[in-house]
Amino acid sequence: MAIARAAVLCGFGINCEDETAHALRIAGAKTELVHFNSLQKSPQELQTYQLLALPGGFSFGDDIQSGRVLANKFKFKIFSSLKKFVDEGKPVIGICNGFQALVQLGALPGWDGWEARNLTLMANRNGKFEDRWVRLRTESCACPFAQGMDAVFSLPIRHGEGQVALSDLHTLEKLSDNRQIVFRYAGKDGMKATSYPDNPNGSADAIAGLCNQYGNVLGMMPHPECHVRYLQNPLWTANPPQIGERKEEDALSGILKKIGLHEGEKLPGDYGNCIPFFQGVVNAAKRH
Amino acid sequence: MVRRIEAALKPDFADPKADAILQRIRDDFGATSLHLIRRANVCSFEKELSEADATVVAGQILCDPVNQQYCLDRPIDTFFNYAIEIGFRPGVKDNVADTIRIACEDALNKKIEGGIYTSTLYLFYGEFPKRRAKEICEKLLCNPLIERYSEFTPLNARKYYLKASLPKAGEQAMGKTLAIKLPAGKKALERLSKKRLLALTAEEMLEIKKHYAKPSTKKTRKKLGLPPAPTDVEIECIAQTWSEHCKHKIFNAQIDYIDKTQKPHKRQRINSLFKTYIAGTTQRIEVAQPYLLSVFEDNAGIIAIDDEWALALKAETHNTPSALDPYGGALTGILGVNRDVLGSGLGAKPIFNTDVFCFAHPNYDKKLPPRILHPKRVFEGVRAGVERGGNASGIPTVNGSIVFHDSYLGKPLVYCGTGGIMPRRLADGRETHIKRVQAGARIFMVGGKIGKDGIHGATFSSIELNEASPTSAVQLGDPFTQKIMLDFLLESRDKGLHSALTDNGAGGLSSSVGEMSQMSGGAQIHLEKCPLKYPGLNPWEIFVSESQERMTVAVPPQNCEEFISLAKKFGAEATDIGEFTSTGNLVANYHGKTVLCLPLEFLHGGLPKMKLTAILQNKKIHSETFPIPNNLTSQLLSLLQMPDICSKESIVRQYDHEVQGMGVIKPLCGVNGAGPSDAAVLQPFYGRRTGIVISHGICPRFSQYDAYDMAQLAVDEAVRNYIATGGDPRHWAALDNFCWPDPVQSKKNKDGAHKLAQLVRANQGMADACLHYNLPLVSGKDSMKNDYSFGKIKISVLPTLLISMCGVMLDARRAVSTDFKKSGDIIYALGKTRNEMRGSQYCQMHEKEGKEHPKVNLHENYILYKNLHHAMQKGLISAAHDVSDGGIAVTLAEMAIGGQLGMHVKCASIPHEGGMRDDEILFSETAGRFIVTIKAQDAGEFEKIMQDCEFAKIGNVISGTQFVVGGANPSSHITTSVKELESAFKKTITW
Repeated sequence: MAIARAAVLCGFGINCEDETAHALRIAGAKTELVHFNSLQKSPQELQTYQLLALPGGFSFGDDIQSGRVLANKFKFKIFSSLKKFVDEGKPVIGICNGFQALVQLGALPGWDGWEARNLTLMANRNGKFEDRWVRLRTESCACPFAQGMDAVFSLPIRHGEGQVALSDLHTLEKLSDNRQIVFRYAGKDGMKATSYPDNPNGSADAIAGLCNQYGNVLGMMPHPECHVRYLQNPLWTANPPQIGERKEEDALSGILKKIGLHEGEKLPGDYGNCIPFFQGVVNAAKRH
Repeated sequence: MVRRIEAALKPDFADPKADAILQRIRDDFGATSLHLIRRANVCSFEKELSEADATVVAGQILCDPVNQQYCLDRPIDTFFNYAIEIGFRPGVKDNVADTIRIACEDALNKKIEGGIYTSTLYLFYGEFPKRRAKEICEKLLCNPLIERYSEFTPLNARKYYLKASLPKAGEQAMGKTLAIKLPAGKKALERLSKKRLLALTAEEMLEIKKHYAKPSTKKTRKKLGLPPAPTDVEIECIAQTWSEHCKHKIFNAQIDYIDKTQKPHKRQRINSLFKTYIAGTTQRIEVAQPYLLSVFEDNAGIIAIDDEWALALKAETHNTPSALDPYGGALTGILGVNRDVLGSGLGAKPIFNTDVFCFAHPNYDKKLPPRILHPKRVFEGVRAGVERGGNASGIPTVNGSIVFHDSYLGKPLVYCGTGGIMPRRLADGRETHIKRVQAGARIFMVGGKIGKDGIHGATFSSIELNEASPTSAVQLGDPFTQKIMLDFLLESRDKGLHSALTDNGAGGLSSSVGEMSQMSGGAQIHLEKCPLKYPGLNPWEIFVSESQERMTVAVPPQNCEEFISLAKKFGAEATDIGEFTSTGNLVANYHGKTVLCLPLEFLHGGLPKMKLTAILQNKKIHSETFPIPNNLTSQLLSLLQMPDICSKESIVRQYDHEVQGMGVIKPLCGVNGAGPSDAAVLQPFYGRRTGIVISHGICPRFSQYDAYDMAQLAVDEAVRNYIATGGDPRHWAALDNFCWPDPVQSKKNKDGAHKLAQLVRANQGMADACLHYNLPLVSGKDSMKNDYSFGKIKISVLPTLLISMCGVMLDARRAVSTDFKKSGDIIYALGKTRNEMRGSQYCQMHEKEGKEHPKVNLHENYILYKNLHHAMQKGLISAAHDVSDGGIAVTLAEMAIGGQLGMHVKCASIPHEGGMRDDEILFSETAGRFIVTIKAQDAGEFEKIMQDCEFAKIGNVISGTQFVVGGANPSSHITTSVKELESAFKKTITW
């Protein structure tokens, strides 16, 4: 079986690189933490990977605007190398601050050769940073990574600037027509969230995650890497895992087999419901 | 000409921050016809920036074309009525400007000459109350200590833009060293100490004088070309090293303790509180020795988690800076304690922060004494500082609390704690908790650069806050610079490149190099090699500046090259500034000339031991009782709104408490995260089930009655929280942080001897509790001058002890949260309730003293804790919550709010001593108690485990949301709903 080599960007204030790499390893990738300065030194190094992940964090302290300075680093230092990587159809994911950088870069929505500026991520509607578990619904979309996800699943948001703002209504239409909306915030009923706190930041049309029109670049504000273990879900104590029974161990290995987890990574506890997402990304990477 | 670029949101995008300010100005300043505020981010370039370059910078860097617009050299709009611009004062670190420089150089592919400065412009639309502009600026828009403001109108805007002044710092070349002659006579020495802010006593000054009078000293100095009198570099270095902040003179003093409450008076001589009650306690706990790796030696305490991993723990306070600039003070506090952990052993990676604050009541409505910020502003500033410090560093804030009492009006207490992990061994076999510095190793300064900010922090925090408090002691931390340094140093550790490192905190290089040089036996540094933020610093300023985000690292010569190239990869600053020696002296040069030479023996061993007297006075507190109120339901609903008890959810959500993905029990629990957790549990190692439990206890209200009991209550509360969440009582450690009012008797401080006696009592109480529970203390810190004085006004904090705890659980799946889980679960009360109402939240609410404050029964509690842990290990407990502020009724309410489930409980079933009324049973704050829930089928096994403890079944969780406590008679019933409880609980703090 092919092995996907994943570059997980680190340094300059990025801070979710370890858990992002861990999630990708569970899903079978071989991960390396790569500092931007290493890529700048030898831009062709990027092409040796099949997958690029831009993790969450506070790159450049979130100064000026979240993701802007990191995006400019890519734009002014290794743009052609990154563009080539994306144009070849290799998967790129940006989570939280990584999403903000992809938007600032124009890689999302990725129109007009990344020149179009139709959407941005601005301060949450209530003006506050917020850490909160939310529900997402998986939309029918162009992104292949999301296909294995449950129709509705939960994970945390942790951001101050996560409100998707659009330049005009036409942008929403185009996103819809291109099937670029991957995840929306959802209410208890699983339908599109209509108000705070289900839609935690006031995003237009409750958009939580987007892909480009080819489906290989995906950005999202919530943190899927923080729900790859059952014990990360704050509600686990209401339904604790049975400990020490054969049944549980069997069930666990059954799950491992079913979702085809990489065997090198042992799972503490049970799995969390964002693992299929990382599997989707890794499977897409394996094709390159 | 100065180039100004301004960027603001387009008018059709809402700006919640500007709207909030608008609301405040309308409400607090009666500006009812003010109808809009627009905010613009301003960036000023000192040196010419061409039109083309400026357009690139504005369009690609400073402005988002989707929702923002920009303007060059004029305001974004001309139809405003009034404008105020807020910028930094000269010399204050402008972090955003530093980032803009990086971004500009990336985009333009050239170096930007001259300074870059950021500011914020507020445009006001409608009638602005001009006469109150100063007040609005100082209360709402800026902190005059670090920021300045200027005003203009559309009419004089042109002139304003032409004459814009930039907050340039430094400039004139300085670099001078002066000799400081030590005058004769105690009085004159004291005056000199005060004038230079040395915070040294006359005795200490005399000791310095003695050193310089020695023939051997004179001879050496002559040889090195040093003047016979101390240089300013030397005197400042000694003052920092000998400060209360660095040397803990009071905790190491010889104390004659007289207890006047006993007859006959009890007398005792204590040779160092620290050695007797803190280090001494830990040494006596034999069962803990196998997992203690490094206690009281390093920047943090280090314990073993298992054979592969170690945990470094530290808690600090940042009270005085937070009083002056709450945001900057809290921010530097967090970043500082992170560096303590990074600087422990060969370097630990911070994995959690904790925050405990003590403030005056946020709705304080009396007149504020001079230079004191309103408690709500302090609260908001500190909260924002913690948010920035933790979130931007990627370290989750997992545990904390807020205590309100008006004694904290003069100085708020801001406790910041951090835990970090490191592998026990490096690839080359070295143990990571051991530092080594050999002569010949190079001294590197890593991280930020040196400026005038943060000069005199150590000496400054060793005196009271008064009218002369210097502003240079305040600074703004930069989590970005620090994160880069942290990434770099952890990789350097793993590659085995350095052999020791320490934080540049209080006292700056003088302390860090001074301390590390003890390991090799000397050091020589070259002050001119230290990177500066701007020119114009004198050598003594370079040596003692506490500019943030810096570490001092010892690197063996053969690793220097690789160390420097690794720094380059991460974009971190690393500069070789000298070498460790074995000469026995600390030496500093400046451009080839010796400016400091101090024998280590004198610098670290010359400080005379302080001798103090402590007298415990009999303070009469009368007992007050009141009849049972006729509606206990409304009593409970009111208690839930008390600031100490109420929900802190809105605060907790603004802290990232989940980054790094390790959280198992988070600060909020239950269905909507509405329930408060007792402690945090993290699972820090991928592929392993090991959990780490973090809790704390703080009970300053009781120090008024007996500091001994206050300290025991704090220990017991920390232990209860820890046990309630599943922590193992055989593998744990604690940190002590004492924050005291000045305990040294003087003319100005007439009850100093009593406060010192309270300190003795607190130490004794803490030591007795820790010994009984086999709970080792591994690190701590004290802050001894938490007073405010201005003219005749003096405000002193309550004697306050924070106990922070951390320990291990083998299987994180055994952790337990506080929320009710399922209807039908049986509710048990564990531990006996006593009539201990004094100091309780309930009595406070009624503004009565009450009778008998709580005392800890160590023997009973320890058995209960071990049994409860045993039951948890068997998986029998579905929910557990410790009983503290507000008593059992509040505990039950919090569990119901968390689970969104109701309950039926009988008050009379709660185990209690005779003669208690229903309200006393429900609201007493006796220590050593829990409420737990158990599945019906597990009750038998549970009761068997608990048989040698006081406990009783008191009711059931039910399927609805009705919340009922049956009393002795109908008027003492509590009948309400979970919804009502929740809305009361969440009413008080919403910002």
